[in-house]
Amino acid sequence: MMVEMLWKLFEITTIIALLIPIAAMLVWVERRMIGIWQDRCGPNRVGPFGILQSLADLLKILGKEDWIPPFSDRLVFVLAPVIGAMCVLMSFAVVPFSPSIGVSDLNIGLLFFLAMASLAVYSVVLAGWASNSKYALLGGMRAAAQTVSYEVFMGLSVMGVVLLTGSFNLREIVLAQVDGWLIQSQFVGFFIFLVAGIAESHRLPFDLPEAETELTAGFHTEYSGLKFALFFLGEYLSVTLISAMSVILFFGGWLMPEPLASWLPPLLWFIIKVMFFVMFFILLRTSLPRPRFDQLLKFGWVVMLPLALLNLLVTAVLHLTGVL
Amino acid sequence: MAIQVDMKASNDWQMLQAVPLLDEIIALSPKLNLQPVSAVENIVDDIPSYWLEKNQLMKLMQVLKQELAQPFDMCFDLTAIDESEREHQSLLSQAFTVSYHLRSYQRNQDIRIKVALNTKDKTLESVCSLWPNANWYEREVWDMFGIVFENHPHLSRILMPDTWQGHPLLKTHPARATEMDPFTLPPYQQDKEQAALQFNPEAWGMKRQSKDSDFMFLNLGPNHPSVHGAFRIVLQMEGEEIVDCVPDIGYHHRGAEKMGERQSWHSYIPYTDRIDYLGGVMNNFPYVMAVEKLAGITVPDRAKVIRIMTAEMFRILSHLLFYGTFAQDLGALSPIFYMFIDREKLFGIIEAFTGARMHPSWFRIGGVAQDLPKGWQGLVRDYVNYLPKRLDEYEKMVMQNSIFKQRTVGIGAYSTQEAIDWGVTGPGLRATGFSWDLRKQRPYGGYDQLDFEVPLGHNGDCYDRCRVRVEEMRQSIRIIEQCLNNMPEGPYKAEHPQTTPPLKDRTMRDIDTLIPHFLNVSWGPVIPAGEVSISVEATKGIMAYHLISDGSTMSYRTRIRTPSFPHLQMLPLISKGQMVADLIATLGSVDYVMADVDR
Repeated sequence: MMVEMLWKLFEITTIIALLIPIAAMLVWVERRMIGIWQDRCGPNRVGPFGILQSLADLLKILGKEDWIPPFSDRLVFVLAPVIGAMCVLMSFAVVPFSPSIGVSDLNIGLLFFLAMASLAVYSVVLAGWASNSKYALLGGMRAAAQTVSYEVFMGLSVMGVVLLTGSFNLREIVLAQVDGWLIQSQFVGFFIFLVAGIAESHRLPFDLPEAETELTAGFHTEYSGLKFALFFLGEYLSVTLISAMSVILFFGGWLMPEPLASWLPPLLWFIIKVMFFVMFFILLRTSLPRPRFDQLLKFGWVVMLPLALLNLLVTAVLHLTGVL
Repeated sequence: MAIQVDMKASNDWQMLQAVPLLDEIIALSPKLNLQPVSAVENIVDDIPSYWLEKNQLMKLMQVLKQELAQPFDMCFDLTAIDESEREHQSLLSQAFTVSYHLRSYQRNQDIRIKVALNTKDKTLESVCSLWPNANWYEREVWDMFGIVFENHPHLSRILMPDTWQGHPLLKTHPARATEMDPFTLPPYQQDKEQAALQFNPEAWGMKRQSKDSDFMFLNLGPNHPSVHGAFRIVLQMEGEEIVDCVPDIGYHHRGAEKMGERQSWHSYIPYTDRIDYLGGVMNNFPYVMAVEKLAGITVPDRAKVIRIMTAEMFRILSHLLFYGTFAQDLGALSPIFYMFIDREKLFGIIEAFTGARMHPSWFRIGGVAQDLPKGWQGLVRDYVNYLPKRLDEYEKMVMQNSIFKQRTVGIGAYSTQEAIDWGVTGPGLRATGFSWDLRKQRPYGGYDQLDFEVPLGHNGDCYDRCRVRVEEMRQSIRIIEQCLNNMPEGPYKAEHPQTTPPLKDRTMRDIDTLIPHFLNVSWGPVIPAGEVSISVEATKGIMAYHLISDGSTMSYRTRIRTPSFPHLQMLPLISKGQMVADLIATLGSVDYVMADVDR
């Protein structure tokens, strides 16, 4: 019992200790990749290929004054970024990385993930509110509206998966894909999930809460130093999380068809797949302009929601008739 | 296609002389006493100019704007002159002259009306009710000269801060730091300045709340990522919707017009570069043409073609930057980087020509600074072949992107009539479907010999404004190609005593050339007394230099009419009812440069 607990503790610590540097590395990866796609260098000075850039940035950000605006609501102002990073990190508890690695084998893992994603909104809304600044307030307002709407059909989009696998347990969902990834039947669900995921993680083209050209920096306008870094961390972790969830729900998690599966350990396959989606997120950021706020909401309610419902309906019918 | 360009056949456009116009005006209102300008003023442009009694101003303006068959529908410029130190002045002039420069698009005719004011009675009726864009011009005249416009809706400081004492363009106001006490900003003064920047909605006739909610007043700028410079706009908002807004300018004011009165004709050229700081030599163009007109210099053909070619290069440079930043304002991060690469290549060519990049100050009175370098044809030819392909790519990346279209089509639209009322020129005017390009309507500097089209939009919205500029780049490439294929041989500077600096080939052999050379370089040329206003179709619209020489080495009055100034003035009109994001798109599509607004 004791040994088991200690082992779990070790596992949790390792995962967190790895995730945070991975998120930091992602910043570097993103900047390098965008650099390449935009015909410029990107950070290439610190360490080989600029790989230590994030470390340098981290050191710089640690050295910054931890400033809390005098006009803000201090407690909430400090709490908001912590909530954001926490919620995303909590979600990773249910992520099955490989057949043997994963913190918790929760039987409502998928629901837990959705719940945490919803909680993360609080971070942005509270940050916008506590800053007591107009730009931050507008950003927080946008975030609330956007996340609440996109959450609805994010939940709906994965119900097809639940229907087909008969489980909310992420590990079981992966194992149910041994004979074929769910993307084959749930491509519409995947598409909706991905769009909603981008919206949840506030990445371009859905970065309206922080739309730089309109709201200077939106909900985190007043943040600096470590607290800002926490928002940053939260964003990159959530990119990783959404990528990981896409892989688990639709692309068979760590599973690969033979003979590919025997080439690399399952964990590596999982990481490769996740990286693929992370890259997709980054590429998206370099390619698309940003829609207007009302256009985004309209797109959500008028296009995505009916589509998600239809997907669920068709999946159910096909499942009942035994086609799927 | 080998188009033959013959610069020898080139003639600048001549405005119709105005006797029939005068008859028309008198027929409508016989009591008007329009006095032609006198010879001593020596107005060398062909704009018919008249003196008018102060009390007849409104009557005449009504005739011009409302009663004439083809009215003067655009207030092109409105400015004033402090005559107190002028030697060559008309008998009719008094301490101040207010000068109205009006334009009729239907007639393709301008008219200049001068009203003399004395120091005891520095008041004049406001013409805002006739031309809405006169509003800011009159505020500027008040700000700079202290002339009061009666019945003006909001006569307050516009370029100078509210706390400013005095009127900078008065001849009594110092122009150099050495003529003033050192600048200090003690804490109490700083607090006062800060307090003066607080926005007071009541002063602008705005309410703080509507029937069921409070308005939010959002201070956008002067430091904001997408106001393109130091520009402040105060938004009255209900949620994210803009109810009304007040643009606040002057944060980039450097007193360029005042500097014109303290720099020699020659040494003012670098200052012009920095008016529209993206326009480079395009800014030199109207200035040197105006000085040449005053001095009676004819520019050699080669210089003409070089000028057109480099000016069009800067049109491309400016439009490329617009294109990229506009896309970036809408959240597309990549296009700007690709376009900067294209600009970089073109700057390479500019650098090879002039040795400088953004601000070459390369035009000279009487020509250009130097001849083109050896091998310039290859550089230009490569670029002419390179850019259209890139533009095709951007077409797919930006113009055809559906999110981009959603964000711009139908956003920030205004009609041709509104554009004319508010003094909009350039791509912003042509985007409404009104074909008026100065290079076609009133060719100058050799443009009449070149073959190009005037791209037009239809709806006058953000998308069309972008579309027009993209097509203009293709036309500029066409013009550059013609210049490349038809570059005349010959001198790059005129052989005229006032060409500055003069060609040097004979200076060391001939004392009569050496002396003017020395004087023109050390003191600067003495330009004959006179008055002239010359416009060009600059990158952002029509830019005009209105110069008054009093027969000295410096200008007596340098008035710079810039396109961005009226463009920003109409923002409240087009932004009402928009979302914040639309306003950003609109600001981007207007393509202004704050230095061009504030001067």
